[in-house]
Amino acid sequence: MRITQDHRRFRQIVRGKVRRNLKQYISSGSLIGRQGKERVTIPLPQIDLPRFKFNSQNGGGVGQGDGDVGESLGPGDQEPGSGEAGEGEGEKALEVDVTLDELAQILGEELELPRIEPRGEKQVVTERDRYTGIRPVGPNSLRNFKRTYKQALRRSIATGVYNPQNPVVLPIADDMRYRSWSTVKSPQSNAVVIYMMDVSGSMGDEQKEIVRIESFWINTWLKSQYSGIETRYIVHDATAREVDEHTFFHTRESGGTMISSAYRLAAQILEDDYPSSEWNIYPFHFSDGDNWSVDDTRACIQLLKEKLVPVANQFSYGQVESPYGSGQFLKDLREHFDLDGDQCSIVCSEIKNKDGIVESIKEFLGAGR
Amino acid sequence: MIQYLKVRPLSPELEAWRIKIEGIAADLGLDFFETRYEVVSYDKMSEIAAFGGFPTRYPHWRFGMEFERLSKSHTYGLSKIYELVINNDPCYAYLLEGNEMVDQKLVMSHVFGHCDFFKNNFWFSRTNRRMLDTMANHATRIRRYQDLYGITVVEEFIDTCLSIENLIDLHRPYRPKKKTPAIRPKGDLPDELMGDGENLPRLQAKEYMDEYVNPESYIDAQRQKAIEEREKAKKHPENPERDVMLFLMQEAPLTRWQRNVLGIVRDEAYYFAPQAMTKIMNEGWASYWHTHMMTKCGIMEGNEFIDYADRHSRCTVMQKGGINPYKLGIELFRHIEERWNMGRFGAEYDRCTDMEERAHWNLNTGLGREKIFEVRKHHNDITFLDEFLTPEFCAEQKLFTYAHNPRANEWQIASRGFQEVKQKLLTQLTNMGQPVIEVEDANFNNRSELLLVHRFDGVELDDAYSQATLKNLHSLWKRPVHIATRKGDRAVLLRFDGETHSEGGFDGDSPAA
Repeated sequence: MRITQDHRRFRQIVRGKVRRNLKQYISSGSLIGRQGKERVTIPLPQIDLPRFKFNSQNGGGVGQGDGDVGESLGPGDQEPGSGEAGEGEGEKALEVDVTLDELAQILGEELELPRIEPRGEKQVVTERDRYTGIRPVGPNSLRNFKRTYKQALRRSIATGVYNPQNPVVLPIADDMRYRSWSTVKSPQSNAVVIYMMDVSGSMGDEQKEIVRIESFWINTWLKSQYSGIETRYIVHDATAREVDEHTFFHTRESGGTMISSAYRLAAQILEDDYPSSEWNIYPFHFSDGDNWSVDDTRACIQLLKEKLVPVANQFSYGQVESPYGSGQFLKDLREHFDLDGDQCSIVCSEIKNKDGIVESIKEFLGAGR
Repeated sequence: MIQYLKVRPLSPELEAWRIKIEGIAADLGLDFFETRYEVVSYDKMSEIAAFGGFPTRYPHWRFGMEFERLSKSHTYGLSKIYELVINNDPCYAYLLEGNEMVDQKLVMSHVFGHCDFFKNNFWFSRTNRRMLDTMANHATRIRRYQDLYGITVVEEFIDTCLSIENLIDLHRPYRPKKKTPAIRPKGDLPDELMGDGENLPRLQAKEYMDEYVNPESYIDAQRQKAIEEREKAKKHPENPERDVMLFLMQEAPLTRWQRNVLGIVRDEAYYFAPQAMTKIMNEGWASYWHTHMMTKCGIMEGNEFIDYADRHSRCTVMQKGGINPYKLGIELFRHIEERWNMGRFGAEYDRCTDMEERAHWNLNTGLGREKIFEVRKHHNDITFLDEFLTPEFCAEQKLFTYAHNPRANEWQIASRGFQEVKQKLLTQLTNMGQPVIEVEDANFNNRSELLLVHRFDGVELDDAYSQATLKNLHSLWKRPVHIATRKGDRAVLLRFDGETHSEGGFDGDSPAA
């Protein structure tokens, strides 16, 4: 189609490959939706060329419908009607009802994530029986009525017994048809994700919000890739404890930070419940990079080297920028691991603010391990 | 015949309906260009819609952006383009492949309404009816420039032009072309000579009547005018110029191809402008006729009524967050028809203050149909609403204005008063909702800097956008550019000199209109 060329050009601009000077006009829309009702805003990048235009805040407009003077049309700065699907030009984001599966797919498309390939030695083969065909013998419990009567009808017409005025069809033993099955071997890929979060005093609400959004999307993506996925949550300050999802996202504690406590607990959980021969293991750790002492960092490195990295598909460390954190831990990791090497299964990502989430997800999941 | 548009024949069933509906439309008095239909797939439809209805446009990323939006909203089931018709002679209209027959009939009836409007409405009378060819020519030219000067260079320049696309003079096409004034000595006539020997315009009169026909006061006024004219002639442009694009085309230091590209963008802006100026009327008119044809002319089978009602109500639904042009347009046309059918117009009706009497006013004049045809010929959205919006209609249609309440940080219904609603509607439609901006002086500060003036009418300009636009203007004008506008009570002058933006007070003429 003729439009393909223009479309490709647009995508190139959005990705920043060409015309970098337009980058400032790109609005990406947000990625997060309301998870509860599974309603999600899909990002549609738009480039808005500058023009002389009115400042919208002191605008207002005309609408049609019931309601008394003073009744609200919706909160926020967004002018009503401007976000709706339609022919408006300024429209930026679309709100759609989608299932989480579709969402993961869209996410994959948008972020260009590769499909995750289960690692060779971890593949567990499961056998399952599936009904695949029809055969003339079998147990009565698997009798297929429809096919049986079809066969009987065919036979009676062929033999001339069938009378359309009195359409009685009586199956005999030869007409009986039964469902048959075959055994399918399928690789089973189960995954466990361990989310660890630093909840020490330096992690503020904004930092936690970033972690929440990011782990939601990571979860969505991994769920679309593995049939059974388990998630475990660990929070830590100077000590670590396992918590449920709600607590993980809402707790706020204060105190020092000992990252090793979390790694130790994670190693323990993995050892007890998730043998690495059967599970794909994805530990994620989010922190602001402030650790208590050099000694503790050394303990962390050791735990990573001996316990976590060898069993994990990928160990992900996300460092959220916070006004209090020093960001030292990431530097320490860099020192001890060859992070850019092909063999390294540690992925680190720095998340500056909410806008950095998309990039960071890409970094974590882009490897496809 | 146009070669690049391969029109496949319609299926026999559709073709039969097309002929039938065309006949019905003509019998009803609709008058349209020949209308050609084509059935297209959704992808194709999205492509054409992204191109603004044309199969060929010059290469530009914004069509790709529009295409992505359209095809995505289709993929996610958000919206569906039903109908697409372009103002051209012949008219081209597209039907969506796989739609039910009732949809296709509905769309065809609707399209004949549009075609009639294109052909007969005054505001379309100056549009290029061979736009299909023109667009294709534009595309060829821009491709050639891209081959010569590079894709990015040309594209960047198009972006710059698009950034001032809204600075055109909507009424220019309808004004008689100005005769170029005869060359006369400009301002070099010494004041002493401005006595009786001067060439002041006089009304024709016999000599003995001259004293009465051209009295001293009249001559004085003429003299005053002549002096003002001379003052003006020193300024450039003489009068503020609304068509900023044209002015830049003529005056800015551009190369030939750049001038051409600016001209192309300007031509297309002028071509699309009447559609924005008559959106409410055009959609209302088409909806009025599809309703009439579908329900009264035996187009539908009995089993199609529910589907039709569903489509129709979805397209004419009331929106709280804004005006649905389909709804407002069709209702106002019906309202006018009813008023003129019952004689609810004229001085006698206006003078009547007895509400009871007004409510039952019926003179059986039966002029409704005739009137709406007349309205569709002469009006645009602004005059349409200005002339025919009545308090009764406003209440019946539950119109209201809304505004942002900063204390609650939410948008609230502000008023249901007739004057407020009408005022707001007209303000929104004025100049297609764009700020009125004119070239005031091309030799500002006597340093060939460009001064634009925003005719302030109560709403401020968006600062960030203004700065970025000034930057683009500078890349055309290549000398510092200014725009005079207002912020609250202050008259301000925004300036960009090629490196930095600055803002200062403005002590020239007040930019208020």
